Amino acid sequence: MNQQAINVAFAGNPNCGKTTLFNAYTGARLKVSNWPGVTVEKKEGAFKFHDNQYKLVDLPGLYSLTCYSTEEILSRQYLLGDEVDVVVDVADASNLERNLYLTLQLIELGKPVILALNMMDIVEERGMEIDMHRLPEMLGIPVVPVSARKRTGLEVLMHTVAHHQGKANSVPVEHHHDLVCQSVHRHNHHHEFAMVYSDEIEDKIDDIEERLLKKYPDIVNPRWHAIKMLEKDVDIMKKYPVYVGDIVDKNYEHEIINQKYDFIEEIIDEVVMNKASKEARTDKADELMTHPVWGMPIFFGIMAVVFLLTFVVGDWISGGFEVVIGIVTDFIQKSMIGLHLSDGIISLVCDGIITGVGGILTFLPNIFILFLALAFLEDSGYMARVAYVMDGLMGKMGLSGRAFIPMLLGFGCTVPAIMSARTLEDTRDRLRTIMVTPFMSCSARLPIYVLFSKMFFGKYAMIAAFSMYVIGLLVAIGVALIYSKVVCRNEEKNCLLIELPEYKAPNARTIIIYVWEKVADYLTKAGTTILAGSVILWVIMNFGPEGMVTDISQSFAAGIGCLLVPILAPAGLGLWQMGVALISGIAAKEMVVSSCSVLFGMNINSDAGIAAFQKTLEGMGFGMLNAYALMVFCLLYIPCMATIATIHKETESWKWTIAMILLQLLIAWGMAVIVFQAGSFFIGG
Amino acid sequence: MTLSESVPGKVYTVESTKLNEKVGRRLEALGLIIGTKVEVLNRKKTGTLIFKVRGTRLAVGNEISAGIFVKEAVV
Repeated sequence: MNQQAINVAFAGNPNCGKTTLFNAYTGARLKVSNWPGVTVEKKEGAFKFHDNQYKLVDLPGLYSLTCYSTEEILSRQYLLGDEVDVVVDVADASNLERNLYLTLQLIELGKPVILALNMMDIVEERGMEIDMHRLPEMLGIPVVPVSARKRTGLEVLMHTVAHHQGKANSVPVEHHHDLVCQSVHRHNHHHEFAMVYSDEIEDKIDDIEERLLKKYPDIVNPRWHAIKMLEKDVDIMKKYPVYVGDIVDKNYEHEIINQKYDFIEEIIDEVVMNKASKEARTDKADELMTHPVWGMPIFFGIMAVVFLLTFVVGDWISGGFEVVIGIVTDFIQKSMIGLHLSDGIISLVCDGIITGVGGILTFLPNIFILFLALAFLEDSGYMARVAYVMDGLMGKMGLSGRAFIPMLLGFGCTVPAIMSARTLEDTRDRLRTIMVTPFMSCSARLPIYVLFSKMFFGKYAMIAAFSMYVIGLLVAIGVALIYSKVVCRNEEKNCLLIELPEYKAPNARTIIIYVWEKVADYLTKAGTTILAGSVILWVIMNFGPEGMVTDISQSFAAGIGCLLVPILAPAGLGLWQMGVALISGIAAKEMVVSSCSVLFGMNINSDAGIAAFQKTLEGMGFGMLNAYALMVFCLLYIPCMATIATIHKETESWKWTIAMILLQLLIAWGMAVIVFQAGSFFIGG
Repeated sequence: MTLSESVPGKVYTVESTKLNEKVGRRLEALGLIIGTKVEVLNRKKTGTLIFKVRGTRLAVGNEISAGIFVKEAVV
């Protein structure tokens, strides 16, 4: 038995079914972390097969191994390192031409490579044929046909991995093309390497190799480094500073790419039969889905369904959860009273911990359903189209087309909305989207609008409440615009460039694993922060300078509320109760309403109670304008605890999270002041 | 002419590109080099479009499509 685990790196283009293949081996037993120093997901999984122990690492989807993106740099650094024993290059066999480009680069890198030809079921379905004898001969590596979806060829692939670890280019290369006969290059590389360049370039590669070896005798794979130097690869030039200026008289990247594609065309000609006879289905579907006129309404229709499922069905299940939590709380409370525990402990458990845990659980149905829907859209291939369909509209705000999804979901609940920003590939796009999403008015803010507009706006209540949604949207657009025009004006604009994969029936296994990952992630990371936050809030609401208090006006929260009075006064919110209500709103925005009723000692469950509440407030000088300023403030200020936790988890940066909190406080305060001051001026004057 | 002025359904040959380095290299890696044939599948008025290159469907913004110079290919 082989004690040492075989380290296998999975590399491949985006949309080649790499993740499905990876999941086929590891199932849900995978470890998701980040690559050191960057926010690119790293997936690892271990399993045993026959006598061997395997450790798989899923690299990010790549088109090439240049140094133009973080994903590419970290992938090639990882592949060059000692940790990797075998590279499995997953290629979409139904689209071999494009996939082989990465294959050639992986072979050049020098590690043992095995080409896994995925989606063989589709190849057969289309009546295509691939010459499985000629292909390994031309590439010099083993080729294994597999289908991750149908789960065929999986065992053979792992057998091949076990047998080929440590052996680079294990299959003898057989070239037939003209270059072999015409070559006047001083070495004949055609039996050593799959990818042989023109004589001009081969001469230069040899010269650079010599110089590299002289200065760095231990360099691994000098040929690859020489090729990279011909491409003027910044990363490699910095790592191995050798003078090659006389050899590399210009950037040869263009020639190198061209010659690789020439070779690929040759391979395709020799190896693939009956190419592309039946792939019209996707084009047909796209005629409708990406139609210049109908594309957008179709997308809105799909999003409406996702929204309804997430929030109507999700909230219905959450309601059930709440009932259960209520029963459990009652039970625990009664048993603790039965055990004669102190009031403090009972309150901590029931009002602090259970409320916190309950808060985490009530979001769970929404998150589960949302990610089920998103996984479905992603795996079917539609998600990529969204970027194209929405590019024009969102592009005007400096946002990616896909930013529409989190923003729309933000009207339901900010937590899943921010999590859905993961569907944006570019980190900057993602941060920008996360920044504006909390301004979309979530459903938890509605009770505040309902109560205060009912009290002060009479028959215009609906309009007052609706205006909040418009203000939120406008602020989001404004912030996005200012951010992209002022803060990022020197950054180059990120223009749309995305591959549209073929449509396919979503794979149940892929979807389940995707959803499970997100839910587990939410529970472990955001969940713990929410719990801690709930306990902290419980402490400041229930403790005061004199210890535990029963009257909230004696608590730390009230103290903070009093401190806030001068700050909130210009916004027309200069009542300490308002300060406390707003603090409690950090736990969950709807708490503002219940806190108000407690703080002012009012029952707001009846019309009479609401009328009395209005009288009380008006008696304190809190009128229509103050109410509107309060609504605006609640719309825009700090998102709830759960959102803060989610923002932190998704951005992985406290700096960003705190910056966002401050920005929102500033905007909320600024807007409320403008509303109140301008309003007082016009109404009062 | 540039790809942004193309007509859906037609096939074009790439003659030259004028793009920023990062985008240019990315497209080259995807196989869009001089002489490559591209089939335009779908286009918005703005020039944002979907085309097929070497069996891959790509959606690109108008900033990119305006930097890809093409001529109609004889099929």
